[in-house]
Amino acid sequence: MKYIDEYRCPRKIKNLTDAVKDIVTKPWKIMEVCGGQTHAIMRYGLETLLPDFITLLHGPGCPVCVTSQEIIDKAIETAAEKDVIFCSFGDMLRVPGTKKDLLSVKAEGGDVRIVYSPLNAVKLAKLNPGRIVVFFAIGFETTAPANAMSVIQADRLKLNNFKLLTSQVLIPPAIEAILSPPNTAVNGMLAPGHVCTVTGYENYENIARKYEIPIVVTGFEPVDILSGILKCVEMLEKGDNRAANQYARSVRREGNLKAQQIISDVFQVTDYKWRGIGMIPDSGLKLKAKYSKFDAEEFFGAVELNDDTNDRCISGLILQGVKKPDQCPEFAVNCTPENPLGATMVSSEGACAAYYKYRKSRL
Amino acid sequence: MCLAIPGKIIEILNDDPLMRSGKVSFSGIIKEINLAFTPEAEVGHYVIAHAGFAISTLDEKAAEEILMIFE
Ligand code: SF4
Repeated sequence: MKYIDEYRCPRKIKNLTDAVKDIVTKPWKIMEVCGGQTHAIMRYGLETLLPDFITLLHGPGCPVCVTSQEIIDKAIETAAEKDVIFCSFGDMLRVPGTKKDLLSVKAEGGDVRIVYSPLNAVKLAKLNPGRIVVFFAIGFETTAPANAMSVIQADRLKLNNFKLLTSQVLIPPAIEAILSPPNTAVNGMLAPGHVCTVTGYENYENIARKYEIPIVVTGFEPVDILSGILKCVEMLEKGDNRAANQYARSVRREGNLKAQQIISDVFQVTDYKWRGIGMIPDSGLKLKAKYSKFDAEEFFGAVELNDDTNDRCISGLILQGVKKPDQCPEFAVNCTPENPLGATMVSSEGACAAYYKYRKSRL
Repeated sequence: MCLAIPGKIIEILNDDPLMRSGKVSFSGIIKEINLAFTPEAEVGHYVIAHAGFAISTLDEKAAEEILMIFE
């Protein structure tokens, strides 16, 4: 596959890991922010190819993982309503709510459908005027433009039966929370390439300056991830605390202005409660008042956030790079992808699930 | 979740600014992708697609450059 296979080339992977070995002189902890990168690191065993000096910490960049239990419960409750067609990306279906998951609502007769794009949900609303179509709009900045466009199109089509259950998260406030004391475990960061494709990386330049760490915008294939790590180590060794871009084939400094425009037209910034981490100010998005008729919470009632703590699960510490999945006593004992105790085990992009899938089979 | 993959535009279907869309081939698998965020993308270009939307037009020069350095 063009623009994929060449970034998986074993010779280039070897050249890159050799280059890291040549320049590293001290131990460094580097966090890859995005769950997609965590998954690729485990899948290709990239950690095992790097010198012992490099420790990779796995960040909070898995929207499925950080969506709070209360929103998932709301989704489950809404999906069970008569006359509702509940549409979601496939990865949300198995995330456990307090009592069950969306898949079991479907098994019990609820009309739960997997869609590839939010525009498919708009289409369903148009085709089913007698029913309410709810789209579970989860995601980071990468997905926000698509979710925003579904609202614009529903508005244009004058659809009264299209609703968004929004759980949109923003990366920069979360990484600032991770970099603020007492959580200062991280020396350098790989910023998420597809989030930055939308937002650009000026924001990350400011964070690099403020917290005095190098941040490297990084892609998702093995060559991308290793070249991000190489760049980050180079900068760490030199004390160069700036932002750099190793994913220039997709990311421009200013990002995608059209996509940013539509996000700010439809959404406004709000506080958001991250599963495992807790409330982070200004780290989420909600629909603007002018689009409130598309807000599922206006229609079905607001999500009520609780103070949840599950003392058996340490996913909050994992999402912040403080602990690794195999340091959790429940890992692969009472917690498995079939029977997950916490959200980082549910999504294949969660660090616990990635360790389970790729680490366990190598033991 | 933020998975986004490169595909080649083989046909522009609709040029309305909001509904701009095209047929995009992901190694032979053809999908209709919304191109509203990439007005510059034309037939023959590669775009990076996520959730049914192109979020960038792939910069072919930058794509080659990074491969050459690590040859
Ligand atoms: S292994 Fe399970 S219980 Fe432990 S942190 Fe991961 S999700 Fe939570």
